[in-house]
Amino acid sequence: MNKSNTYIFIYSTVMVVVVASLLAMASNVLKPFQEKNLEIAKKLEILHSVDKGWDASSADSKNAYVDGEYAKYIAETLVVNASGDTISGQDAFMVDLVKEMEKDSSARSLPVFVCHQDNGGVNYIFPVQGKGLWGPIWGYVSLKEDMNTIAGVFFDHQGETPGLGAEINTLWFQKPFIGKKLFNASSQFVAIKVAKTGEPREAEHSVDAISGGTITSKGLQNTIFDSMQMYLPFLTKNKK
Amino acid sequence: MFSSKNLKLLTNPLNLENPITVQVLGICSALAVTVKMKPAFVMALSVIIVTAFSNLIISTLRKSIPVRIRIIVQLVVVASLVIIVDQVLKAFVYDVSKQLSVFVGLIITNCILMGRLEAFAMANKPWESFIDGIGNGIGYGWILIAVSFVREFLGSGSVFGFPVMEKIGAYSIGYVNNGLMIMPPAALIIVGVIIWIQRSRTKSLIEKE
Repeated sequence: MNKSNTYIFIYSTVMVVVVASLLAMASNVLKPFQEKNLEIAKKLEILHSVDKGWDASSADSKNAYVDGEYAKYIAETLVVNASGDTISGQDAFMVDLVKEMEKDSSARSLPVFVCHQDNGGVNYIFPVQGKGLWGPIWGYVSLKEDMNTIAGVFFDHQGETPGLGAEINTLWFQKPFIGKKLFNASSQFVAIKVAKTGEPREAEHSVDAISGGTITSKGLQNTIFDSMQMYLPFLTKNKK
Repeated sequence: MFSSKNLKLLTNPLNLENPITVQVLGICSALAVTVKMKPAFVMALSVIIVTAFSNLIISTLRKSIPVRIRIIVQLVVVASLVIIVDQVLKAFVYDVSKQLSVFVGLIITNCILMGRLEAFAMANKPWESFIDGIGNGIGYGWILIAVSFVREFLGSGSVFGFPVMEKIGAYSIGYVNNGLMIMPPAALIIVGVIIWIQRSRTKSLIEKE
């Protein structure tokens, strides 16, 4: 039916106000649950990089399990600046690495998570962030006390190709990183090369790329290099 | 309430008027979210909820909606429902919502929704529209589940996340998962096969030359 313009204006105004308040209400009610989910997901990724937290999906209460494991192993966190000094007054867990990477290198505050293993060993966990083929990829790299040898890694992605680039979040891809070194014999920072078959490689600094997932593999290589380079002063200072 | 006419509204979209295999609507998401059964199931459920309630709301309002802005009103209703569903998924089944990623948001542009609103809800009573919405949602949903069953079983060797192939020891005798099944083209092929079977059983669906 045809209605007057006034009717249409009033109708759309009322509709917009009703819908907006409904959505605002839904968003407010659900926000605490959503934020908790994000927090748990992040804690789980950090734990996975030191080979912990694998029982999360079979635990009775996933949240309680993850919170418990995180509190047990990641008791210490640091925030460091571009010259590798620890700065106080910031919560490492709340630092948004994406925002920090947009800043000038001198103004960055970078989070470091410290894991105390059951056997007394200490691992330092560094977040990494970059881009793959279709969107962002991110993860955590944990180093042994020498600040050189990789103790474990965890990577995830937003929308890499299933079966190809998306494989970076699987164990068969991540396991070979363990034991690789970021610095070469002459203490130069070389990070990790994600190499195709036949490409020249040094055993200590290379892992296998994913066939068919070349751009994601290269993206991951750059992600690790760029992100770990930000921590270079911190690594050099604390190297053993 | 459940007269034979109303039951038809519910059952027709399952077969003779199926939104995917007969009307060929909503194909995009059918290709995208059917790698595993769990996301496909949640997606189907979300679409059923959104089609049912958007049909109900639009049908209730149909006499008051000004014709000139009816598409806008329909979109606002659909978009709000989808945002609410998305928020609920993010709050309570975070892992699944991560897998579905943008596709929940894209329910807004699912042609089935606007098609039902324009063709049915604008001209019928709320209860009938509600049933029609549920019927079309299920018609879309069962195809999704069927496609994802084949893709997950052949592509990942599991059913609803349960590793069937591993349990029966298929890998130890040399069985290998079919990599094509996890790529989008596989969904297209399976939907094609379903349409083929449906048409060979129901001759009336075949177009005359």
